Amino acid sequence: MRPFAYIRADDAQSAVRHASGVAPSHIGNPVQYLGGGTTLLDLMKLDVMQPTTLIDISTLDPARYGQVEKTAGGVRIGALSRMADVASDPMLVRDYPVVTEALWLAASPQLRNMARVGGNVLQRTRCNYFRDPSFAQCNKRNPSSGCSALDGYNRSHAILGTSEQCIAMYPGDWAQALIALDTTVEVLGNNGARVVPFAALHRQPGQTPDVETSLAPGDLITAFVIPGGPWRRSLYRKIRDRESYEFALASAAVALDLDGDLVREARIAIGGVATVPWRSIAAEAFLRGKRVNEANAEAAAEIAFAGAQTRAHNAYKLPLGKATLVRALLEAKELSA
Amino acid sequence: MTDAIDRTRGLNRRSFLASGAVTAATVGAAATMTTVSAEARPPAAAPPARMPITLDINGRKRHFQLDPRTTLLDTLRDHAGLPGSKKGCDQGQCGACTVHIDGRRTLACLTLAAAVQNARIVTIEGLGADGTLHPMQQAFIDNDAFQCGYCTPGQIMSAVACVREGHVSNDHEIREYMSGNLCRCAAYPNIVAAIRQAAPQMDKI
Repeated sequence: MRPFAYIRADDAQSAVRHASGVAPSHIGNPVQYLGGGTTLLDLMKLDVMQPTTLIDISTLDPARYGQVEKTAGGVRIGALSRMADVASDPMLVRDYPVVTEALWLAASPQLRNMARVGGNVLQRTRCNYFRDPSFAQCNKRNPSSGCSALDGYNRSHAILGTSEQCIAMYPGDWAQALIALDTTVEVLGNNGARVVPFAALHRQPGQTPDVETSLAPGDLITAFVIPGGPWRRSLYRKIRDRESYEFALASAAVALDLDGDLVREARIAIGGVATVPWRSIAAEAFLRGKRVNEANAEAAAEIAFAGAQTRAHNAYKLPLGKATLVRALLEAKELSA
Repeated sequence: MTDAIDRTRGLNRRSFLASGAVTAATVGAAATMTTVSAEARPPAAAPPARMPITLDINGRKRHFQLDPRTTLLDTLRDHAGLPGSKKGCDQGQCGACTVHIDGRRTLACLTLAAAVQNARIVTIEGLGADGTLHPMQQAFIDNDAFQCGYCTPGQIMSAVACVREGHVSNDHEIREYMSGNLCRCAAYPNIVAAIRQAAPQMDKI
């Protein structure tokens, strides 16, 4: 690990003031926030990230930044809440099961005790060419150097939202639940607080895979707000190489609001297959007013995966992803509201 | 007995290994320098100043002067004389370094020492009391829940937390909530059995 200065933040405002500056992106910022550290310290040990200053935000007031609270508009989850605490929150478990399942099906108990949810949504890709600096070509790590994954070993890589510059998969689970439920993100920046739709937080790689989000250098995520909804009939299904402690090969976050047998509203996001958290509004619209049966679920899955582009080793993700979504929809229908 | 004899000679397993490591480091030095120049890494800035760090480890306040990069795991093993927590992958993937921080099981290899000042840290050395084993330690022995033993301190720390969290209602749940601790010897069935044995005993302490 390269040398860095360690600073403990006294309050969020002074942390943001200190971290804001000229940098190519929030990821390229030499000043980085330290929360649980489970991604950042890992990538610093690998020499993938090389910040010169860490601002420790992990001890900022938990009453203000680390609580799950019911509000008039829905549920507010402080960004410094630990994954394990949000995953076991009784109100969320009852009213928003997709939100808690996507957390406890991720990582390991130790990592869920450490990682804060604000950092969780910003976790970086597991592309091995990105994580290993001995590969010279990686447009995400080293802009304009090329991409070793395009014609390399790309079994885990994305089939949606890719570009000719990058096919790295977004590895997170929780983000799929958040984007499906229309979550908004409270961000503290150098010019004050603002609210960003979760769907506008991540950026597809396009020509600049090194810019992963719409955050400016120094921006600090302070909370997530999930609008209230009839989402007890919701779930997260995750398919992976081993049954626990593994990233998704394909996953689906699904929420259903049913009127008798017919869909009043459906929410659908798919993970393990795209470069960013991926919601399919077209698939949701297709299901509206219809029954959730196998034929309709398969048709919705076709729509959700429209435009998928597979490579040498990840073509299996297309049928696997569709089957995962079909199963999630059919199982969600059986839940009680 | 062997251990006692070694101590009288001023030599035990750990000091023997340490002296061996010095030799290995000397031999490896030339190769390391070659690697650095081959990668054409920019020279590191001036070594960072060490910072004073105070930790509460197993109920004792300990004071250190450390490079800010020092992880809790390296602090325990190299500076606090507590080598029970093991360094397996050093990347947060194997669980061998699991300790308790404020009662939560945590990976010491992905934790900066500087970040856990004011927290209560418990390691495998602090689990038992007054020379008696914790029920989980005894259960691992009774059930032969290890072969090489390298992952065992992390397994035991994780297992104790797993019971306290209430994630031991059946074997499937134990396996799910112990998945963050890898055992290359695959002693998993015996580890599950040990946790089943210790769980009701832990209710009594």
